[in-house]
Amino acid sequence: MSMQLVTGNHAAGHSMSLAGEANRNARGTVCGIYPITPQTEIVEYVARFPFSRGRVIPVESEHSAMGVCIGASLNGARSFTASSSNGLAYMAENAIVAAFYRLPIVMAAVNRTLGPPWNIWADQGDTLMFRDFAWIQLYCDSNQDVADTALLAFRLAEDPRVLLPVMVCMDAFIVSHTAMEVELATQEQVDRFLPPCTVPHRLDADHPVTVGGMAMPADTLSQRLELDEAMRRVPELLDEHRAQFREVFGRDVCGALESYRTADADRILIASGTVATTLRDVVDDWRGRGEKVGMIRVKMFRPFPGEQIRELCAGAARVGVLDRNYAAATGGIFWQEVRASLQGQDGPFVQGYLTGVGGGDVVPAMVDEVIADLSDRTAAGEPVWKGVEP
Amino acid sequence: MSAATAEVLNEDCLLRPGNTNCGGCGMSVGLTMLGRALAGERYSLVIPACCGIVTAGAYPTTSYSVPVVASTFASSSAFASGVAAVNALNLGPDGRQAHVICWAGDGGTYDIGMATLSAAAERNENLIYICYDNEIYGNTGGQRSSATPAAARTTTTPHGKAELKKDIIGIMAAHRIPYAATLSIAHPDDFRDKIRRALDIEGFRFFLIHAPCPTGWKTEPAESVELVRLAVRTGVFPLYEVFGGDEFRINARPDGTDPAEYFARQKRFAGQETDTDSLARTARARMERLEKLVQ
Repeated sequence: MSMQLVTGNHAAGHSMSLAGEANRNARGTVCGIYPITPQTEIVEYVARFPFSRGRVIPVESEHSAMGVCIGASLNGARSFTASSSNGLAYMAENAIVAAFYRLPIVMAAVNRTLGPPWNIWADQGDTLMFRDFAWIQLYCDSNQDVADTALLAFRLAEDPRVLLPVMVCMDAFIVSHTAMEVELATQEQVDRFLPPCTVPHRLDADHPVTVGGMAMPADTLSQRLELDEAMRRVPELLDEHRAQFREVFGRDVCGALESYRTADADRILIASGTVATTLRDVVDDWRGRGEKVGMIRVKMFRPFPGEQIRELCAGAARVGVLDRNYAAATGGIFWQEVRASLQGQDGPFVQGYLTGVGGGDVVPAMVDEVIADLSDRTAAGEPVWKGVEP
Repeated sequence: MSAATAEVLNEDCLLRPGNTNCGGCGMSVGLTMLGRALAGERYSLVIPACCGIVTAGAYPTTSYSVPVVASTFASSSAFASGVAAVNALNLGPDGRQAHVICWAGDGGTYDIGMATLSAAAERNENLIYICYDNEIYGNTGGQRSSATPAAARTTTTPHGKAELKKDIIGIMAAHRIPYAATLSIAHPDDFRDKIRRALDIEGFRFFLIHAPCPTGWKTEPAESVELVRLAVRTGVFPLYEVFGGDEFRINARPDGTDPAEYFARQKRFAGQETDTDSLARTARARMERLEKLVQ
């Protein structure tokens, strides 16, 4: 195995295609695809891949791309796709069906600002719009993380104790179009890592059922409770599959979160995606000056690892959350989740920072300002907008 | 009826006894005819939001005897493309591919599902698409669709629809799909023959069924079959086939009955401003155009 210089899009396309090929001895692979900047290279990679038992269907919209994936998955095939931004918005109706039909579909989602105004740069508002759709969401911070998480996603999605779709998210351009050295998987490794895809409720002429007809409130409630139970099993199962990943690939893949220098920290910063990679360096700077600053990178947004965050933040006095996304008249969405997780504790206060909304760069100097602001506070206030030009 | 007889009936029926569909529902008769035409075939249905999915009844029971997937309103041909693609990779024990059939209303076909339908036809997906056309949004209580004929009163066109009905067979034929045809529940032999014909054709096959909805059309349930027979006899709903987008064949020619008779029997056309003579002229002109295409 060798290191290769590839973009995040290439890493996602490569891993998902090998996963599709790995199902050649089961019911094969069928994907619906549709282009949108900045994920287009992913579906181009998938369209070019010479599957020995598969078909890639280039459809007329994101809505139909997910529709094809749903039909294929319900018929027992492995299925995946990719999208971004307004494409995700257009796909939303069928994305809900994928989760509520308990289909193990994997989607690479390149985080791009929702328009208008038309803007192709990184912002997580697109995938966070799916936060209540029962999709598992994993936010990657590097090309290697994308390559590995895209494989882990299939194990997790297809686990009979889960059977939920998984979204593998990455920042537009910063990851999708930037080349980094990546240890790419080989087909032989992926064949060992991924068991044949089994959809237990797939269509069966000998046992005909109607999937998705009408249901009364009590039956619908049961279905929601089952979804909830499956979602709550994810954190433990994620670690189980990470152990399998380590065994096959000989390296770790980040789980629900990553904590960095938090053990004795009095101030903890929380972020996701590539913003977290900048934080890591800035934390080292402040530590060099004797300041007890630490950070948590949240990789899994659904289900949200609130309990782990609560434990990690128990000894801190101040928590600052950096969000590259924004919910109108409230603030950052990760901030809301962290605040809810720490609710009712005698722990730290939680201050929100809106950093890089609309795709602006989150540079070390901006993070320095955030830490300085957090250090001066005695209580949390309204979310602070960063990067606003005077 | 003995228990054994009931079981035999259930196995033979695509639409099982005990469903709660309305009396005189053309879609229900169409489903029964479809089931008979497909006896012995392996197939599944993809049904978008429409009366056809309500037909299944409430979970965990179903009125359908084959696997059914409910799709979102616009998506039946996309879901079906996925199902059919997997069937192509996994042939049955007899070495044959199970059929996939979309069963959609006119709202899901002419309106919200049009882009998806057009794309699946353009890709020549190996599936059968059947639109049962009751010329309104029946499931939501009778609103106009682009399949509603001119002058018909609906809850959203209280004075009668000003625009003409879309020519959906013309639209599908323009995709140069291998086969497109109309079906009438008043012509069961023709119905069966054309469904059987389609089974032997590869690629995208499109059917249009004229499906009376007594609730929306304001007609007598007992007259449903008679009404669509009249539609064929008057040329309002011609029975024809299109092969490869340009080879036309008429299966039943009008017998000279005045189209005004068809319109007069439905209260939806009974608005004061409705000019049934004009509707009749439009129907005749359409039939003449069709005759020219056959030559």
